[in-house]
Amino acid sequence: MSETQNLRAWLLTDTPTSRRHAKYAAAYQGWLSFRSNTMAMIGLWILIFLVFVAVAAPLLAPHDPFEQTLSNRLQGLNSDGHILGTDSLGRDILSRLIYGSRITLFIVGLVALIAPITGLLVGTVAGYVGGWTDTVLMRITDIFLAFPRLVLALAFVAALGAGIENAVLAISLTAWPPYARMARAETLTIRSSDYISAIQLQGAGPMRIITKHIWPLCISSLIVRVTLDMAGIILAAAGLGFLGLGAQPPSPEWGAMISEGRRFILDSWWVATVPGLAIFTVSLAFNLLGDGLRDVLDPKDAEK
Amino acid sequence: MSMISVENLDVWFGRGRDRVDAVKGASFAVKRGESFGLVGESGSGKSTILRAIMGLAPDWSGQITVDGKAISGRREKGFYKQVQMVFQDPYASLHPRHSVDQVLGETLLLHGFTDIDDRVVKLLDDVGLGGKFRFRYPHQLSGGQRQRVAIARALAAEPEILLLDEPTSALDVSVQAEILNLLADLRVEHGLTYVMVSHDLSVVGHMCDQLAVMKDGEIVEIMAVDALRAMKAVHPYSQHLLEASV
Repeated sequence: MSETQNLRAWLLTDTPTSRRHAKYAAAYQGWLSFRSNTMAMIGLWILIFLVFVAVAAPLLAPHDPFEQTLSNRLQGLNSDGHILGTDSLGRDILSRLIYGSRITLFIVGLVALIAPITGLLVGTVAGYVGGWTDTVLMRITDIFLAFPRLVLALAFVAALGAGIENAVLAISLTAWPPYARMARAETLTIRSSDYISAIQLQGAGPMRIITKHIWPLCISSLIVRVTLDMAGIILAAAGLGFLGLGAQPPSPEWGAMISEGRRFILDSWWVATVPGLAIFTVSLAFNLLGDGLRDVLDPKDAEK
Repeated sequence: MSMISVENLDVWFGRGRDRVDAVKGASFAVKRGESFGLVGESGSGKSTILRAIMGLAPDWSGQITVDGKAISGRREKGFYKQVQMVFQDPYASLHPRHSVDQVLGETLLLHGFTDIDDRVVKLLDDVGLGGKFRFRYPHQLSGGQRQRVAIARALAAEPEILLLDEPTSALDVSVQAEILNLLADLRVEHGLTYVMVSHDLSVVGHMCDQLAVMKDGEIVEIMAVDALRAMKAVHPYSQHLLEASV
């Protein structure tokens, strides 16, 4: 007991004694303020549960997600051994949902890596360097922004061929411009501040200033924006799957599952509804998490 | 020989019809080890002169000489080892996500020092902050403590000239005196040359040997601080300033 209390005091000190100590203390205090936000914690727990399900899919799934039993097709909810029923080919929906979480996480993870990093790079360089670089980079961004998102993704997938990897690339390609705009806007306000002038006066070059001084300030709002956009990304992936351009059958991608279930929506409503609910839950979880992260990470609020 | 001299300095912002002349034909010289004050109301171009010297105001003409070397275009690395600046607002001049240790450590690294740990500790001692402030973040510091960190950062390069842009105007009155005394002590210890901008005549009277009075971008009068104390200003505007400050 006293040991945990000591640890707590050590983490809450306002006079850290080493670099590591200061880092841990800052992280712990951020965690404390995040933990007090109930809705954000709910979002976090849902996502932790999603990751757990994805990792332990082979242990959790009651059936093989690809095993077809045509005699057993379109069974209702809670019918012998199939808690969430079966789809048009007699496959267990719960098992497919569990395996589908892996695909969802794969899409979300990859897009969350590619799009914001591209946007951050383009936006901060454009904002900091200015002049011609700014004009060229931002007009390219405008061109991507001007395309309707799904149409561009469709064209891209159509050119490269259908498949989950190409769907991810297509979504990333359409998702980065807003991040670039946001990063540029933030860079413009940061660029003229005294602490950037101060580090320029120490002889720091543009690379150091962008990566070490501007990025840390842009990243927090970027993370918030990414988590808020996650819902849209999942839906875009589901949309591509629904149109048959994302994951290909028999892959248990949630959007593709809805697309399959659509034909039976009137007499077997659960086939399309269950994966729809899963998409809804995960999107909501990301939104809640993003809201909570904004409270913790936004430098404008954190400075109080 | 003068340590820093400015001749016929014009600084402007914008171009064409939007052009604003912030400084017009300013000339002054500061001897080695001297402390020079620039006073005037807001918008009179005092801070702009400092920013032009440091290379933070891109459009200027005239001649700036530091230690006998004329300055033009991009500043070399050696320039920043010789001249440093302390900004007006300590709430804006420290990176909100960098701890004191990071701020000073990076500055020392950029100036090519290798014994960074020892130097960070010594710098903090020099400005009257103990080691316990080393790993704090700016939001855990008071205004006066932040300004001490900013002064430590300016001193990290071991410069000979320090440009002070209203270093106390954002602080409480009690803290102002502490910072001014610190600056006065540091000047004696390190043999620094100061150019100090202020709108407060009593601060300049306390800190400086010479001062220039500025109005609308022009230097209207340069006088010794003794003349200031004796209320012997020549130009009507400086007389007016003196009367207003008594």
